[in-house]
Amino acid sequence: MWGFLKRPVVVTADINLSLVALTGMGLLSRLWRLTYPRAVVFDEVYYGQYISFYMKQIFFLDDSGPPFGHMVLALGGGFDGNFLWNRIGAEYSSNVPVWSLRLLPALAGALSVPMAYQIVLELHFSHCAAMGAALLMLIENALITQSRLMLLESVLIFFNLLAVLSYLKFFNCQKHSPFSLSWWFWLTLTGVACSCAVGIKYMGVFTYVLVLGVAAVHAWHLLGDQTLSNVGADVQCCMRPACMGQMQMSQGVCVFCHLLARAVALLVIPVVLYLLFFYVHLILVFRSGPHDQIMSSAFQASLEGGLARITQGQPLEVAFGSQVTLRNVFGKPVPCWLHSHQDTYPMIYENGRGSSHQQQVTCYPFKDVNNWWIVKDPRRHQLVVSSPPRPVRHGDMVQLVHGMTTRSLNTHDVAAPLSPHSQEVSCYIDYNISMPAQNLWRLEIVNRGSDTDVWKTILSEVRFVHVNTSAVLKLSGAHLPDWGYRQLEIVGEKLSRGYHGSTVWNVEEHRYGASQEQRERERELHSPAQVDVSRNLSFMARFSELQWRMLALRSDDSEHKYSSSPLEWVTLDTNIAYWLHPRTSAQIHLLGNIVIWVSGSLALAIYALLSLWYLLRRRRNVHDLPQDAWLRWVLAGALCAGGWAVNYLPFFLMEKTLFLYHYLPALTFQILLLPVVLQHISDHLCRSQLQRSIFSALVVAWYSSACHVSNTLRPLTYGDKSLSPHELKALRWKDSWDILIRKH
Amino acid sequence: MPPATGGGLAESELRPRRGRCGPQAARAAGRDVAAEAVARSPKRPAWGSRRFEAVGWWALLALVTLLSFATRFHRLDEPPHICWDETHFGKMGSYYINRTFFFDVHPPLGKMLIGLAGYLSGYDGTFLFQKPGDKYEHHSYMGMRGFCAFLGSWLVPFAYLTVLDLSKSLSAALLTAALLTFDTGCLTLSQYILLDPILMFFIMAAMLSMVKYNSCADRPFSAPWWFWLSLTGVSLAGALGVKFVGLFIILQVGLNTIADLWYLFGDLSLSLVTVGKHLTARVLCLIVLPLALYTATFAVHFMVLSKSGPGDGFFSSAFQARLSGNNLHNASIPEHLAYGSVITVKNLRMAIGYLHSHRHLYPEGIGARQQQVTTYLHKDYNNLWIIKKHNTNSDPLDPSFPVEFVRHGDIIRLEHKETSRNLHSHYHEAPMTRKHYQVTGYGINGTGDSNDFWRIEVVNRKFGNRIKVLRSRIRFIHLVTGCVLGSSGKVLPKWGWEQLEVTCTPYLKETLNSIWNVEDHINPKLPNISLDVLQPSFPEILLESHMVMIRGNSGLKPKDNEFTSKPWHWPINYQGLRFSGVNDTDFRVYLLGNPVVWWLNLLSIALYLLSGSIIAVAMQRGARLPAEVAGLSQVLLRGGGQVLLGWTLHYFPFFLMGRVLYFHHYFPAMLFSSMLTGILWDTLLRLCAWGLASWPLARGIHVAGILSLLLGTAYSFYLFHPLAYGMVGPLAQDPQSPMAGLRWLDSWDF
Repeated sequence: MWGFLKRPVVVTADINLSLVALTGMGLLSRLWRLTYPRAVVFDEVYYGQYISFYMKQIFFLDDSGPPFGHMVLALGGGFDGNFLWNRIGAEYSSNVPVWSLRLLPALAGALSVPMAYQIVLELHFSHCAAMGAALLMLIENALITQSRLMLLESVLIFFNLLAVLSYLKFFNCQKHSPFSLSWWFWLTLTGVACSCAVGIKYMGVFTYVLVLGVAAVHAWHLLGDQTLSNVGADVQCCMRPACMGQMQMSQGVCVFCHLLARAVALLVIPVVLYLLFFYVHLILVFRSGPHDQIMSSAFQASLEGGLARITQGQPLEVAFGSQVTLRNVFGKPVPCWLHSHQDTYPMIYENGRGSSHQQQVTCYPFKDVNNWWIVKDPRRHQLVVSSPPRPVRHGDMVQLVHGMTTRSLNTHDVAAPLSPHSQEVSCYIDYNISMPAQNLWRLEIVNRGSDTDVWKTILSEVRFVHVNTSAVLKLSGAHLPDWGYRQLEIVGEKLSRGYHGSTVWNVEEHRYGASQEQRERERELHSPAQVDVSRNLSFMARFSELQWRMLALRSDDSEHKYSSSPLEWVTLDTNIAYWLHPRTSAQIHLLGNIVIWVSGSLALAIYALLSLWYLLRRRRNVHDLPQDAWLRWVLAGALCAGGWAVNYLPFFLMEKTLFLYHYLPALTFQILLLPVVLQHISDHLCRSQLQRSIFSALVVAWYSSACHVSNTLRPLTYGDKSLSPHELKALRWKDSWDILIRKH
Repeated sequence: MPPATGGGLAESELRPRRGRCGPQAARAAGRDVAAEAVARSPKRPAWGSRRFEAVGWWALLALVTLLSFATRFHRLDEPPHICWDETHFGKMGSYYINRTFFFDVHPPLGKMLIGLAGYLSGYDGTFLFQKPGDKYEHHSYMGMRGFCAFLGSWLVPFAYLTVLDLSKSLSAALLTAALLTFDTGCLTLSQYILLDPILMFFIMAAMLSMVKYNSCADRPFSAPWWFWLSLTGVSLAGALGVKFVGLFIILQVGLNTIADLWYLFGDLSLSLVTVGKHLTARVLCLIVLPLALYTATFAVHFMVLSKSGPGDGFFSSAFQARLSGNNLHNASIPEHLAYGSVITVKNLRMAIGYLHSHRHLYPEGIGARQQQVTTYLHKDYNNLWIIKKHNTNSDPLDPSFPVEFVRHGDIIRLEHKETSRNLHSHYHEAPMTRKHYQVTGYGINGTGDSNDFWRIEVVNRKFGNRIKVLRSRIRFIHLVTGCVLGSSGKVLPKWGWEQLEVTCTPYLKETLNSIWNVEDHINPKLPNISLDVLQPSFPEILLESHMVMIRGNSGLKPKDNEFTSKPWHWPINYQGLRFSGVNDTDFRVYLLGNPVVWWLNLLSIALYLLSGSIIAVAMQRGARLPAEVAGLSQVLLRGGGQVLLGWTLHYFPFFLMGRVLYFHHYFPAMLFSSMLTGILWDTLLRLCAWGLASWPLARGIHVAGILSLLLGTAYSFYLFHPLAYGMVGPLAQDPQSPMAGLRWLDSWDF
């Protein structure tokens, strides 16, 4: 312990200069003139608004990914959020710190370069191959473009690579020093990087699954390792922190400890971190904002301002005589409230069917005095809350009386206007014909704890089951024609199969009715409600609702000028114009280095064919490769080719609008595979020294051509140079590339 | 150190290699580990009584088959009205008998067989099959129902034989057979005119013959080997020919074959030539043969359905020309498009229709107030357009002018014949699709402006080619804005007479919405040719009908705010399907699995995963298992694994499907799940009996366990049989109903 007194303190620094140089070049290529153009470029218009929401701490909902990504972008913030993100190409006002906002993605992009070097090195390929991978990352135009803007792909790629790198480091530690400090560090870092990747974009799940899969295979082999004991007596040993890092103890460590450590680091830590992202997110954005409407009433009430201001101080328990507004829980196609108004259903519909000609009941997406209903006890006449209030419980019979017209909610065996298989719902008018009122409803609390639960404001989700016909009050989702003012249709659904949000309602605004007289009551309805009860949703409830809505939210598939299909990506048949200078023809495109893209795909094909060939030969007991070279080849393929596959193939199953930048994570894995294949060819397929030299010369020539292409496309990557129409035409190497040429 | 990835797993010993063909299997020599387990089982008679054993074997099979047939055919004629989807498939059977063309999202084999069964049993195809609940009256429907029930009855013996072969245990096979015989769901689904019994018949036949041919592996190229291999191929073709769900069993057989070939390839005692022979045999029997049969069913389908019918509109104009009764049949029109021709233009996407215009303007506030242009599905004079040169307005039909053909890349003008307005577009947003431009009719008597000019292009052809009627796929590109004429498929509001919107899309993507073809073509100056020349060849018809089927399938999207069945509902038997009857006076049939069977299946899957992984980990850790346990674990891992794979393949893909799903989609998976239950419980009980061998009654555990499971399922069937055989009287919500106590879940409504 006191060893440093006996010996002099010596610091030996081991600096890999090539790594430093790579980092330097990476930083230079990504950070050079970062604030140019000082205008909104492409999707910055989209992510920018969320940065502003963070700055103003306003709640928002974005279905494109978990909040960690937006948070990372907002980290560079430090402005008041006052900028209108509405148009690509709009000049940034002076209060927007463009440099710091773009800094983090750029740093992530720059650090990907040395990480590529490290990964190939950890795969046990040569320094040369590693340099090759890093240099390819360095000159890949699409990666440069994407990292220099406020976009998330470069951060996602950074965490993907970090996850793979730290897993490899961990795996290499496993052989000589399990349970050492660095072993734990890399294992934990793998989990952390995976969950960060998932937190940036859901796409990160693909890499997470890959890492999990490789880890599972390795753990399976570990299980087969008979030198490790079972759960046995050594359990205490590995639990004792003292034995961590001691090599001689590693033999005694049980298999169970190994599996447990992996499970904790790769399963528990990511889940916890993921929840943490949401926790921080919900703490940061606590004010109500434009996306409130999508969330349930309970969620809205937990935000500051907005609904909370209205519902603050409402009585909690709904009683007979309560005045309420009822919101549909499903909220599709739009969130709306149960509504009625003076107008009646037309006697005869356009298609010739008849109606009951009674008062319309609809669902209305705006706050309105006609949304108020009074919960009435069918056995009594008064419409006020008695004292003490008699709360309504699950299973109680109620009538719902429309506040402004005092007609009660009714349904009967008449076909609904737009959904003829369901019953019409109306407010009953007694025309004195043989059509009696059928206005008794039984209250079912869906999320009840017990059968005697009380109907609570906001918290209870209830269904109204019609007593005579056992139809359920339902929002059909169809818009009524002009006679119904394009409001939404409400029906009585007879065949109610199980739970569906469109049949479930909750009370949003609520007050105890006090006036028996209709005039007074109308005045009461017009005035806002008050009295105070605090209701806080737990974090898990808010998390699960937010997560669920994010996954369920489906923006209608809008076609986009630059959307593309996955097949076009491999051969780079498409590009995206990101920005055009308002006056000159300087422009920024997402356009890859075509030499790298094509050779990456070629390398992948070569890898697949060679592997198949080797596998078949090994099956016939012909071993072309020495065992260690074979294992290296397989592991590199599992991670690099596998990484490409998991990040690319799932897009074929997706129905959303896809863009070229979705391919970039897959591309980075392809770039990692390229030098691996090249070195393999040089080491194992070139038989003589001469062949090897020729091959190296070819590789050098190929790399210079890649550099040349990268340099040629540079004006489109950085957008720093205005090119003449002629030069632009010369850059349009493929007919499908859309390069903007100004007409004068 | 074991290998990092690959290699290691494939060489593991979990191979379904050993075994004997057919019934002899049970008599196989004791060398076989699996058979050894059976040898010590309590059911196993002494060696001397082989004859007796064979008789018993056949008797049991006969018993199982008989019971299956008896339950399926019991009260088959009730109810004597249309139940549920009988209205579709019965109707399609009638179409075959009447030879009228129709369209369905499923391949034709199933409906063809139904039609054949009806035809042979004397049904004349005159019943309309309008809606569920219609009485059959004097029409003969028993032939079709009987055929479906006949195929459905075979499921039980097939499952019995499959499990027997996989586990070599009679008790496991019996348990499986009991589960399936006494499942009300399978029973109900087999009793009506539906595709499902036919589909499941082929799926199980494929599974059985695959298992049989696996157990023939030690005698390759022998007669039974060939027989089972080719039978697998035939069944695969059958399964795929009924519904596309058949792809899953094809996948399973494919995976099995790949594993099999991989094993053979690694067997160094076989020469490469022998391996090549194996490969060829499989390619022949499992790829070529099924493909040929599958294609043949389509050939028959198109041959039988030669008359025009309700399905015409789904297909292209060229296709319709081959249906007698269609107005394109035997028609003769000029082949190449020329200036001055009067034409109709049809969108290539299904159910969009013809380019149409009429004397009504777009309403105030929606783009420019010019004449509407829409698409319309029916034939109408307002669908006629005259094709003219963009720069002259002279009448090209003037006999003094020579005929001039329209060529790919020409600039043209399309004049609406009835109103003499030109097809026009401009920078106004379209009525429904805001990102597209509006298309209108503009100009007076053919005189408009430069926004009326369109470039006509043939997709994937060279410039300068002539444009063929029906065959050429053409696009109209607006000259000024560069957008493409297309239809968004959205229905216009009332002002547009609920016809479909036509727009000019600025996104130059090649979608079918923006591709058109010329259908009618009138030009007196040109010689008419018979359309028969244009008739598509058989491969083209095959391709087209598949495209239409796939599009139809993906078009079955659920609407918002509609109750839909979710895949996770299925294994827990969450809710059933109403086959017939709603009210308490109706004869009600309700498709619902026997909950005892289904929940046992669910439990078994969980137990299997647990026990399977325990055994796999134990083996990987190198635990030394006693011979008996090793044998039983082999059965569990190999046999159970195959069946579990079947369940996985027939269940999980549904989670990825976007189309509307129904409860009955789960039934193929349920068959596999029941087989797994049989294998699992038999093996677990045997393991139990072995573990407690010191206990005097140990042997009894197995017998008692199996017997109680058998009796339990039989009793639950007794309770739930009214679901399948029909019930009248109060609904189960009513405490008076005899079914009242059986409504175990609120979501069941019978």
